[in-house]
Formats: sequence, C-alpha cells, structure tokens
Amino acid sequence: MALLVWIRRHLVVLAGLLALGFLILPNLVVLVFSFNKPKGRFNYAWQEFSTHAWQDPCGVADLCGSLALSLQIALWATVGATALGTMIAFALVRYRFRARGAINSLIFLPMAMPEVVMAASLLTLFLNMGAQLGFWTILIAHIMFCLSFVVTAVKARVMSMDPRLEEAARDLYAGPVQTFVRVTLPIAAPGIAAGGLLAFALSFDDFIITNFNAGSTVTFPMFVWGSAQRGTPVQINVIGTAMFAVAVICVLAGMLIGNRRKKQAA
Amino acid sequence: MTTLTEAPPAAPEPTATKARSRRKLTPYWLLLPGILWLLVFFALPMVYQASTSVQTGSLEAGYKVTWHFATYWNAIAEYWPQFLTSILYAGLATLFCLLLGYPLAYLIAFRAGRWRGLVLILVIAPFFTSFLIRTLAWKTILADGGPVVGVLNSLHILDVTSWLGMTEGDRVLATPLAVVCGLTYNFLPFMVLPLYTSLERIDPRLHEAAGDLYAKPATTFRRVTFPLSMPGVVSGTLLTFIPASGDYVNAQLLGSTSEKMIGNVIQSQFLTVLDYPTAAALSFILMAAILLMVTFYIRKSGTEDLV
Repeated sequence: MALLVWIRRHLVVLAGLLALGFLILPNLVVLVFSFNKPKGRFNYAWQEFSTHAWQDPCGVADLCGSLALSLQIALWATVGATALGTMIAFALVRYRFRARGAINSLIFLPMAMPEVVMAASLLTLFLNMGAQLGFWTILIAHIMFCLSFVVTAVKARVMSMDPRLEEAARDLYAGPVQTFVRVTLPIAAPGIAAGGLLAFALSFDDFIITNFNAGSTVTFPMFVWGSAQRGTPVQINVIGTAMFAVAVICVLAGMLIGNRRKKQAA
Repeated sequence: MTTLTEAPPAAPEPTATKARSRRKLTPYWLLLPGILWLLVFFALPMVYQASTSVQTGSLEAGYKVTWHFATYWNAIAEYWPQFLTSILYAGLATLFCLLLGYPLAYLIAFRAGRWRGLVLILVIAPFFTSFLIRTLAWKTILADGGPVVGVLNSLHILDVTSWLGMTEGDRVLATPLAVVCGLTYNFLPFMVLPLYTSLERIDPRLHEAAGDLYAKPATTFRRVTFPLSMPGVVSGTLLTFIPASGDYVNAQLLGSTSEKMIGNVIQSQFLTVLDYPTAAALSFILMAAILLMVTFYIRKSGTEDLV
C-alpha cells in the first residue's frame, strides 16, 4: 500500500525517467557495441569483447576521409551561416524597414518545411543550372538551412539587450564602431555562439539534404547510410562514441569555467 | 519561434542628412547577403520545383514545360497510400513524443531540483552522436528474440499491436511499430525542449494558489499547468510532426518495404528512378499538405502569435 502511494506521488518522475532512459539507451548500445567483434558484416548482434576497432579507428576505407570532409563542411557552414544570420538578426531587431513581414516569413519557412522538400527543390535548381554536385553544393545547402536557426538564436539574445548600455557608451564618446566592438558584440556573443554551435551540429549531422545534393561526395552521415546497406563496421560505433565523449567533455568544461567565473564575479 | 515584437524605435538620428540616409540604408545592407542566399537557394528552388512538376520529356531528350497537370493526379493515384502512411506514422510519433516528453519536461522544470542542468544535458547529449548511428542501434535493441521483444511478448503487448496491424507475429523490427518507435525516438528532444521552455516560465506560486483553492493535483494540472504550457505543446508538436512526416531514414532503416513513407518515394524517384516531374509533384503536394495542416492547426489552437 505504501509502495502504491509512493508510486502515485512520484508517477511524473518515474515517467520522466523512463523517457530519459528511452533517449539514452541507443547511446549506451552504440558504446557497448564499439567493443564488439561481429561475425558477419553487420554489427547488430553481440559476439565477443574486443578492442580492435578502438585500436584502429580509421581501419575502414573512406571512413576517416568522410569524417574529415564532414568536419570541414560543418566548419565553413558555421562560419557562413553565423555571419549572415547575425547580420539579419541585428537588422531585424534594431531597425525598422519595409517588407519586414515577408522577411520574417522567409526566415521562418525553412524551419517549417520538411527537409526532403527543401532537398528535392534545391536539387531541381542545381540540375537546371547544370551545377556539379559535390562539396560546394553541400556547403550552399547547409548554409541555407542553418541560417534560420542562427537568426532565431541571435535575435533572442539581441532582443533582450538593454539599449541603454549602448547609449551610455555613446555618451562616453565611443564612436559607432567602438560601441559595436566593445559593447554590443560582447553582450550578443553568447547568442552568436549558441547559433554557431547549433549550425555546426545541424550541418555535421545532416543527412537528408546532403543525400540529395552531394552527388558522389561522401560525408560521414552518407558513409553511415551506405554502410547500413553494405555492412556496418565497428569503427562507426567507435567514432560515434568518441564524438559523444568529446562533446560531453566540452560541455562539462564549459560549465565548470562558467561556474568559476560566476564565483569570481560574486 | 519566439514572439516577434516590433523593433524599438531607432536611436536618435544624427542631424546631418547624409548620415541619416546612410543610416536608413544600413538595415538593407545587413539583410542583403543572407536574404539573397535564402531567395536564391530556398525560394527560387521552390519555383523551379513547381515548374519541373508540370514538365514532360525524358532524361535524354530534355524536359519542357507543357503544363502537364496529369502528373499530379497520377502521383496522387499511385502514391496516396504512402501519403496516408506518412501522416499516420508522423501523427503517432507526435502523440508518443507528447506522452513521453511531457513528463520529462515536467520533471526537468519542477522536480529535478539541483539535477536540472544534468538532466537537460542528458536530453541534448544524444545529439552528439550522429542520428544515423543511433537509429541503427535500434536494430540491435528491437532485434528478433532480444530482451525488448521478449518482455513485450510476455506482457502480451505484441498481441495487441499485431491485432492493430502494427506488428507481425513475434517481430518488432521491420514492422510499422519499429518505424514509429524510431521516429518517436529521433524527434523526442524537439518535443521536450519547447515544452520545458514553456513549463519553466510558469510561476510555481500558481500551483500553490490552485492547491490553496482546494484543487486536486490532477485538477491543477488540467486547469492551470496544461493550458499555460500550450505554446510549448503547439511548437513541440509542430517541430515533431513536420520533420517526421517527410522523413525516410527510419522507414528505410527500421521498416520493411511495406512501410514506405512519402519521403522514401520522393527520394527514390529523385535519386534512383530519375523521374523528376513525378518527384517534384510529390514533393510539392507534401509541402502544400504540411503548410495547410500547420496553418489550420495554429488557427485552431489559437496560438497565431507563436510564429
């Protein structure tokens, strides 16, 4: 009876933890199966413990090449989308101009469109123009769909900025450039960083748009997709786990630094 | 998808007219490169796609616009089952995401205490591993004769799902249930995060006030918490349903040939069959259907100011 009461009281917590388990479970499977030594071509059933894939993560043809290409594209897409998106966000928050509504819709629509529609229509454009599918078409596509997310992230931050800080800077005889570099940019930086990180993650992990517009170029997600047909090497799990570990360490380090700064400021 | 407010009035303008006219142009210069990018690589492709869908011809002889609208009727006549499948699977996945995601968002917002940061990181953390690798992991989890299938079988859940036509016999993999499970898994964070944002804004004193007014916890939830979390519910369901309805990854990796969604058809028409007019027509119909449903849904739920 007491147990039933306890369960009733904590039902939300239990259901929430169940959902959390559902979210985490595949990552654990990826981790465990990076130590597998599968019998056939596919790494879906557990056979025996082995560290061979960890010792030779690039041991599969094209795997690390595709990873490097994905990182390169994600980096440039981040730079491009963050620069263009930040400019749009500032214009939207700081200025009044004509065609605001139309511009807002143009920024909102890519986020409200199934990826396959954007992917297919962009491919028709490239085919009509006779463009060579590859690195550049992937990069163009990635900047396009990351842009809206950057605008949203930066806009939220710029909107919550206190305009009096900039007025104060101007009162203290700072020129427009100086005000922007010394006051505006540092305050907007967290929003820009968040937008940039989002763009990097979206670009690095994008499959559908890349699948349509890559031609025969193989990014990391394309490699994984192909391997699901040909046979999944254990190295995929190694790279997945390593990426996960690096990202978690970065996040934890960021939190620690943030906490320390807060303490110093206090 | 935050509320858009009008920009605050621009700062006092410099007196010199030259400076003023330059300042007037500033927003356009800021907008130009990004908006141009979106116009050329997002809006223009839509026009090209519309034009391709009414063209006839062949790969060798080239295509010409002939206003051949029959492509649309043929596409609908041939692929309506896949459209229905997509809407059904995406709808189910959205429902499951809401049922799973709401308690999780509630847990983070009100019950997690000092664990809040950690749980939030755990919700986002899966993103750090490529979603294709994680989707493939479901092949292992749902494998025939594996522990998950065993438990579902002994609880007679598989009997119910196979009666509903979602599974077949003792299998989960390569059935509709596996595809819906994969979709639910892949888009769950997109449900949890907006829900969390809107729940977190609720003043906890409102709960206390409801309790003081003799509302039972269930009533408090139904009359206070849930209505206040509506913006999160709406944006969460949109962020789940829209990408899920166009997805073809889960159906391809976790389903069999009979679980094809419309995304699979568009992908194979475009990349394998190379029937561009049909593919463009299908993609156009999907876009129109989604925009219609989203507009109707936003009107209906009375949250127009969300977008």
